[in-house]
Amino acid sequence: MTLARTRPLTVAPPDTLADVSFDEAMEARIEEILAKYPTRQAALLPLLWLCQDRWGWISPGVMRAVAARLDLAPAHVAGVVTFYTMYQTTPPGKYLLQVCTTLSCQLCGTSGLAEHLREKLGIGFGETTPDGRFTLLDVQCLGACGEAPVIQVNNDYYTGMTPEKLDELLDGLQ
Amino acid sequence: MKPILLRARGEENSRSINTYLRLGGYAALKRALIMDPADVREEVKNSGLRGRGGAGFPAGVKWGFVPQSTTRPRYLICNADESEPGTFKDREIIHTEPHMLLEGIIIASYAIGANTAYIYIRGEFWTEAEILERAIAEACRKKYLGKDILRTGFDIDIHVHRGAGAYICGEETALIESIEGKRGQPRLKPPFPAVVGLFGCPTVVNNVETLACVPHIIEHGAEWFAGIGRDVRNSGPKLYGVSGHVEKPGVYELPMGTTFREIIYEHAGGIRGGKKLKAFIPGGSSCPVLPADRVDIPADFDSVAEAGSMLGSGGIIVMDETVDMVWALENLLTFYAHESCGQCTPCREGSDWALDIVRRIRAGHGQPRDLEALERISRHASQGMTICPLGDAFCGPIASFLKHFRHEFEDYIARAEPLPPKKLPVLPVRSDRGPFGI
Repeated sequence: MTLARTRPLTVAPPDTLADVSFDEAMEARIEEILAKYPTRQAALLPLLWLCQDRWGWISPGVMRAVAARLDLAPAHVAGVVTFYTMYQTTPPGKYLLQVCTTLSCQLCGTSGLAEHLREKLGIGFGETTPDGRFTLLDVQCLGACGEAPVIQVNNDYYTGMTPEKLDELLDGLQ
Repeated sequence: MKPILLRARGEENSRSINTYLRLGGYAALKRALIMDPADVREEVKNSGLRGRGGAGFPAGVKWGFVPQSTTRPRYLICNADESEPGTFKDREIIHTEPHMLLEGIIIASYAIGANTAYIYIRGEFWTEAEILERAIAEACRKKYLGKDILRTGFDIDIHVHRGAGAYICGEETALIESIEGKRGQPRLKPPFPAVVGLFGCPTVVNNVETLACVPHIIEHGAEWFAGIGRDVRNSGPKLYGVSGHVEKPGVYELPMGTTFREIIYEHAGGIRGGKKLKAFIPGGSSCPVLPADRVDIPADFDSVAEAGSMLGSGGIIVMDETVDMVWALENLLTFYAHESCGQCTPCREGSDWALDIVRRIRAGHGQPRDLEALERISRHASQGMTICPLGDAFCGPIASFLKHFRHEFEDYIARAEPLPPKKLPVLPVRSDRGPFGI
């Protein structure tokens, strides 16, 4: 069994997200979300998650559609999207490599991993490989300090990473 | 001590409701539901249970602040944001026995008269959110959740609400703003959430570990709980998360008041590679750092406070003799400069400014007056100068690093070469990101 267990993100190209609408399956999910809260605004974070799961990132078009669906000002939605670091406002690669750079992970050797990744992929933090496969991000504490160093790929944690394990992981992420 | 909160660690299918029931789970709920809610609150108050999220406020007292004669809905929020660097204990509870947390939430909701509870979980914990969703579905099927649970007439729903990457949302009013669909910017207090909280209604926010203690208090009694640990002000089992330079990092469940020496050397296997301990942060990165000679103090709320730090969340970050303390402070300040929500000027500007100074010191361009400037920042951005405690969270490390390891900063400055004047930063600037974190 290989180390990698992460599925690639579905990333919609920018031109398809200029003007979006929610299909039936998404509408059903939105109704479920709305039922959990007494206000429509409270559904904003979950709805943004739903959109990011579907399209991989939050374009201005997605923000407008979300705002219209929840009767919110587009500026409010944009303010929320840019406040939280996990909402992607540009199209990411198929795999978001998020390297924890906070103290406990650093004490256990994160900088070596980051260097290894930069060399191997030829990109720096905040950049995407030309083939659109990987986006490299430096993130703050992931809350798994006991298993440092930690790397999150899309939704999955990979803990106790070493350069060798990293190589195996990258090879497995196709 | 036999583990209580992590009793099922390592057991097969420990997350399933059947395992939980086999271990005696949901018995406390049945007992609580035939008690008067006021008695449940009293029992928790008598147990001495103090908030495990960082502030250490007595949980039963917090519950007592909720007005009982209100017609508005009341809410319970479980804070599973776990964003303080060095803290990873709540994740362990969720991975081991999510139903223990759910039972605690249901009992707490009953005690304060809430019919809806939200679990606010950090966005990165996708796996953990899935675990909780599955557990909630199981509990609904067995009628521990939903309408008229166990035919007592009590209704309770639990919803999982995922955050999206913001340290500040661990602060309870920022968390409430975040559930309401806004930027996570803390509110002024008072009014406190117990009176005006989520959607303007009375709300209690409790940490995962705090709520996981509740079923055990109801089942075994306040006296039993108070008997674990040092005294009634520092009672119960505590999850200590040890990370950094130790042989066996991880979460250890021990009686409140176990000494740091025992935690670090006996349970976490000592310092990695046989090196010497230099310093440790006792309870998550915002707690003032302590030098190695304080390792014999008991890890409880009052003892750590006496030693000039805080027990915080119980996340112990251990640093060995090789660690450059200027580097360590730079790392922590990078975190806080990134995570300041930007609402209050002393915190927004102070965290960036302090980071720039420490960065410059480490780059070999420090000046003698830099330490004074750092101290001034730490005075003016803490202790009530900001809406929420994030100001204190980055000022505590600055003040304590300078107090205990000043010579390391002075050594850097003594070796420094002056910067060419044109490169001197005039204004504090965001060092690592553009505006809006993009």
